[in-house]
Amino acid sequence: MDAGGVMAPRPDFPSGLVLDTHKEQASLAPIFDVPPPALLRFALDQGSGDGLEPVVTVGATVAVGSVIARPTGEFAVPLHSSVSGRIVAIESHESGSDGGACLCIDVENDGLDTRDASLRQPADFAALDPATLVERLREAGIAGLGGAGFPTATKLAVARSRGARRLVLNGAECEPWICCDDALMRVRADEVLLGARVLMRAIEAETCVVAIEDDKPAAVEAMQAAAQANAIDGVSIQVVPAVYPQGAERQLITAVAGVEVPSGGLPADAGYVCQNVATAGAVARWARTGEPLMSRVVTVTGGGVAEPRNVHARLGTPLATLVAAAGGYRGEPLRLIAGGSMTGRSLASDDVGLTKAINCVFVATREDLVPRLHAVEVACIRCGDCARVCPAGLLPQQIHRAVLAQDAAAAVQFGVWDCIDCGCCDYVCPSQIPLALRFREERLRLREREFAAERATAARERHERHERRQQQAALAQQREFDAARDEARRASGTPDPGASR
Amino acid sequence: VRFETSPAPHVIAGYTVPRVMFQVLLALAPVCLVHVAVLGPGLLLQLFAAGVTALLCEAAALRWRDRATLPALRDGSVLVTAFLLALSLTPLLPWWLTVLGTACAVLLGKHVFGGLGQNPFNPAMVGYAILLVSFPVEMTRWPVPLDADATRDWGELARLTFATFVGGTEVHWDGYTGATALDSIRTGLEQRYTMSELLSRGDVVGPLGARGFEWINLAALAGGVYLLARGIIRWHIPVAVLAGLLVPAFLAHALDPGAYVGPLTHAFSGATMLGAFFIATDPVSAATSDRGRLWYGAGVGLLVWIIRSWGGYPDGVAFAVLLMNVAVPLLDRYTVPRIYGRTRE
Repeated sequence: MDAGGVMAPRPDFPSGLVLDTHKEQASLAPIFDVPPPALLRFALDQGSGDGLEPVVTVGATVAVGSVIARPTGEFAVPLHSSVSGRIVAIESHESGSDGGACLCIDVENDGLDTRDASLRQPADFAALDPATLVERLREAGIAGLGGAGFPTATKLAVARSRGARRLVLNGAECEPWICCDDALMRVRADEVLLGARVLMRAIEAETCVVAIEDDKPAAVEAMQAAAQANAIDGVSIQVVPAVYPQGAERQLITAVAGVEVPSGGLPADAGYVCQNVATAGAVARWARTGEPLMSRVVTVTGGGVAEPRNVHARLGTPLATLVAAAGGYRGEPLRLIAGGSMTGRSLASDDVGLTKAINCVFVATREDLVPRLHAVEVACIRCGDCARVCPAGLLPQQIHRAVLAQDAAAAVQFGVWDCIDCGCCDYVCPSQIPLALRFREERLRLREREFAAERATAARERHERHERRQQQAALAQQREFDAARDEARRASGTPDPGASR
Repeated sequence: VRFETSPAPHVIAGYTVPRVMFQVLLALAPVCLVHVAVLGPGLLLQLFAAGVTALLCEAAALRWRDRATLPALRDGSVLVTAFLLALSLTPLLPWWLTVLGTACAVLLGKHVFGGLGQNPFNPAMVGYAILLVSFPVEMTRWPVPLDADATRDWGELARLTFATFVGGTEVHWDGYTGATALDSIRTGLEQRYTMSELLSRGDVVGPLGARGFEWINLAALAGGVYLLARGIIRWHIPVAVLAGLLVPAFLAHALDPGAYVGPLTHAFSGATMLGAFFIATDPVSAATSDRGRLWYGAGVGLLVWIIRSWGGYPDGVAFAVLLMNVAVPLLDRYTVPRIYGRTRE
């Protein structure tokens, strides 16, 4: 497409983009097991934003599977050491997540792989009651491996409380460059299906659909063969068109089931739970071995990597080690991106340790990023190409106008909170406006304003309470004074001036 | 190893506004060729005068507004405005009117509102409307299409055109100018000729529509289809404009063929195709959602038909577009598409 027009999306998928996927090279190479490095770094923000607090101190010894951090909120799960060794530092570093820097626990690997005594024997998941099963998955530190890092147990618990009984396993993997789920499904289809059975048990699911994009025929074949061999009730494999952002949770549920997730609601409100296939793989590993989540498959790719491939690595492994496992840097690497080219986070350093949420290390060169690198923003001409590709059905041009006019109410009305931050609008905009960024900034402003409003309300109430107390004190003082004066007058015989009126 | 960081998405398609504008100019090329073949070389003079004026006005306005001049001049949008205006004008217009109209289009139509992307009205149509209401005589003097009269000579037409362009007062136009087809039909009907009498005169309509103009319309249709195929414009506005014009034209003609021009003649006369594919599709001044664009286009088409049938002007594309521009904020307000996961409120 050199015309300046918008590439027509597939007729069977009304919005979104058909993108160059850049997956072939990495997906063809076998999965490489990265030996655990000498030093590992565990970020206390594992991707879901909500924090963890360390339960170890510098100098403590840890073993494989030792809990090193506990959640402070609902949106995190325990974090386990993936090696045995010694805690050498707990300091703030770049996290690899949206939040920027966070506390990180550095573990010096003793190379012995001593197992923590607390590691459970594998439990018979079919014998566990579903609520207990969900709690076990929480203790096992299992979180969404598709890029969000959201605690699996929290999602399952919400689903249970709202009676959502249909499971969708997300094997769409629509984002360019990333192919770790494809590799996993091809190599460990049985494992994914075992995970599906556990997850189905946890929500007492009626059905489970494994959705895979049609540009991964080998994965489809492997999963279909495994599904036939295992013959699990209610499990089916569904091929969906390869259109970005097909793998976004809401969009996938709509593609698979034809229902929409209500705005401001959760998939559970539509009766669905969506889990990544890699998450299912982690669940299966827990079911087989009793081990918590301590490793994952991650794609190391991009023009700046010598041998793009998928690697299996322990959590905490520095990204530099992962790049080295893929042949090291090549040419002039310009950006280090955790994730794919559309939604990945651009990182400042390769010291960042692998988190649960990082599914891809994309080392981009100039060629991989042109023409974004040379983008020159001009005024919006209201061409509406952004609206055509928006998978959320928004009018990005109108949200943008509201943002420019600092009209927060209009931005909300046009759906700035319904934006899923996929970046499709940026991709096609002929005015090269960084729309997704503008909308992220607007949401931040709205959130800050909300906090400020809450703070202001709290301050006003505090002030009013203070005023009331002062008034009451003043009244009491006045009464005391009046009483004392009356007392004095009575004593001296002076008539009360008020009494003569 | 340290890296620079940047926000997602990290890749874009690399479409640009200049590319969009260049494609529009390219699609106008066949229209210009046919125009010159049928109505003489006047268009080339108009394109030149309008183009130069537009660039100068754009540069001056940007300078006054303290904006960078070169990127805006290079984006091609002002040339699209100038060329659409030039194509709407009679090729026999004196240069100073072309300059005046273009200056109005760029300065009053575009920059007083804040330049590219900010103008509520189609700038070319602003310039055209100002000229039409101010200089009705000059603006309605059209050359007789060369295919309407075989005795006319392209060279002589060229000589007369140039003489008028530079402002000569002693130009003898005898036989080389005349009413356009839409104008002839209007005055003919007023003089109580029947439609069949008017249409039987060979110099009024050809196999498709107005003599001469039918071929220009055909070229504009081809250019429009090219823009559709390249994804530069989308189908909603052109289809709605044509439907808004042709459906009432068909119904009225079916009911009273003696008083109303048929749909085919409407489709291939005046500025129908240029308006449907190139003028009404200006995204800046059109409605922005798909549904809004359908209403917008239908409104333009219907107004063209109303003005042609009962209005004071033989063609109505400019006024129809400007009137619908006024309606855009309303259309945009009531045609917001349903957002994913929301019920329509």
